[in-house]
Amino acid sequence: MTPADIEFLARFLKERSGLAIGEEKRYLLESRLAPIVRRAGLASLPALVARLRSGVDSALAQDVVEAMTTNESFFFRDGAPFTQFTDVILPQLMAARAATKTIRIWCAACSTGQEPYSLAMLLADRAAQLAGWKVEIVATDLSNEVLERARSGLFTQFEVQRGLPIRLLLKHFTQEGDRWRIAPKLREMAQFRTLNLLRDFSPLGRFDVVFCRNVLIYFDEATKTDVLTRIGRQMAPDGFLLLGAAETVLGGRSPFKPHPSHRGLFMPTPASGAAAPASSAARFAVVR
Amino acid sequence: MKHCLVVDDSSVIRKVARRILEGLDMKISEAENGQTALTLCQQAMPDGILLDWNMPVMDGYEFLNKLRSLPGGDAPKVVFCTTENDVSHIARAMRAGADEYVMKPFDREIITSKFAEVGLL
Repeated sequence: MTPADIEFLARFLKERSGLAIGEEKRYLLESRLAPIVRRAGLASLPALVARLRSGVDSALAQDVVEAMTTNESFFFRDGAPFTQFTDVILPQLMAARAATKTIRIWCAACSTGQEPYSLAMLLADRAAQLAGWKVEIVATDLSNEVLERARSGLFTQFEVQRGLPIRLLLKHFTQEGDRWRIAPKLREMAQFRTLNLLRDFSPLGRFDVVFCRNVLIYFDEATKTDVLTRIGRQMAPDGFLLLGAAETVLGGRSPFKPHPSHRGLFMPTPASGAAAPASSAARFAVVR
Repeated sequence: MKHCLVVDDSSVIRKVARRILEGLDMKISEAENGQTALTLCQQAMPDGILLDWNMPVMDGYEFLNKLRSLPGGDAPKVVFCTTENDVSHIARAMRAGADEYVMKPFDREIITSKFAEVGLL
């Protein structure tokens, strides 16, 4: 590929997905796009770039974006966010939402579904406590391919051994050959939708909890600020944002402040424009 | 430093497991069957045991039952690590007192995840 081809791909990925491909990640272009070149019957990477430049093949463009995004995911990844969810977030929200008995959770880059299904398992284990409550999990990702896998609820033997305790595997999954399928009841707890965080996500409605972990690290500062600002507008003023262990909410003008005692947990500031409570009917009318 | 006993009749598996667990800062002993493992446990009870199921002389299931009846034998965290990957075997192992279960083949991520789950990391 010529330097111009590489520049084009970097700009293309930035515009389509917010992905910032720095010098140190450019080697990935070749390894991740080579399979697409083969599948599309193209002669080379420059031929792929030429096709993208022509703008005629939107499916190919989506394949390129999906190939370059990182979809690594584990059940209960990093542990702490899920303990924070059960020990800090859930008790506070259950006290604050006693009148509406409704909690809305958004997994903003859910990949193959391990994060929303981890939450579904935690909620299912508290079914008695949550009797009469409506807890909605909206799980979105840029990639249709990973969302299809997430919707299937079917995981490989390797995937169910990363972060998932064996007692939860036995309790919530059934074995299908060498794969494991999550229980239909848990699968129904999550709604999976295709969503590009660079586009308007206000139709999703207001959320009490947002998991946006290990996605902002792939964005440049301006994109990160934009996405965080818009997430802030979608959140209840007393809601919670969870970021990845290595992520922050930027500086003084951030729409979020860190929780005083829980690393990785953030709360909207008054300046975030966090949405005032709306009636449940109005909120859910938007997402159904 | 935590002490882990790796019990497997395959020297290759023992070597791979040793390399992974030493990388997690654990001291490793090895046994090629349940009988040898039981003798080692009677001499010094380890903190954790990575345990194969099918082995000559004494299999992992019998070893686990005998271990749990030894004085102090309820202390080690036992992680089965076996090709017996069906639900009935997993459930049977858990009922016998296993703490976690690894379905072979495994990698570093899986071993790390399971050892963290039982509190050995």
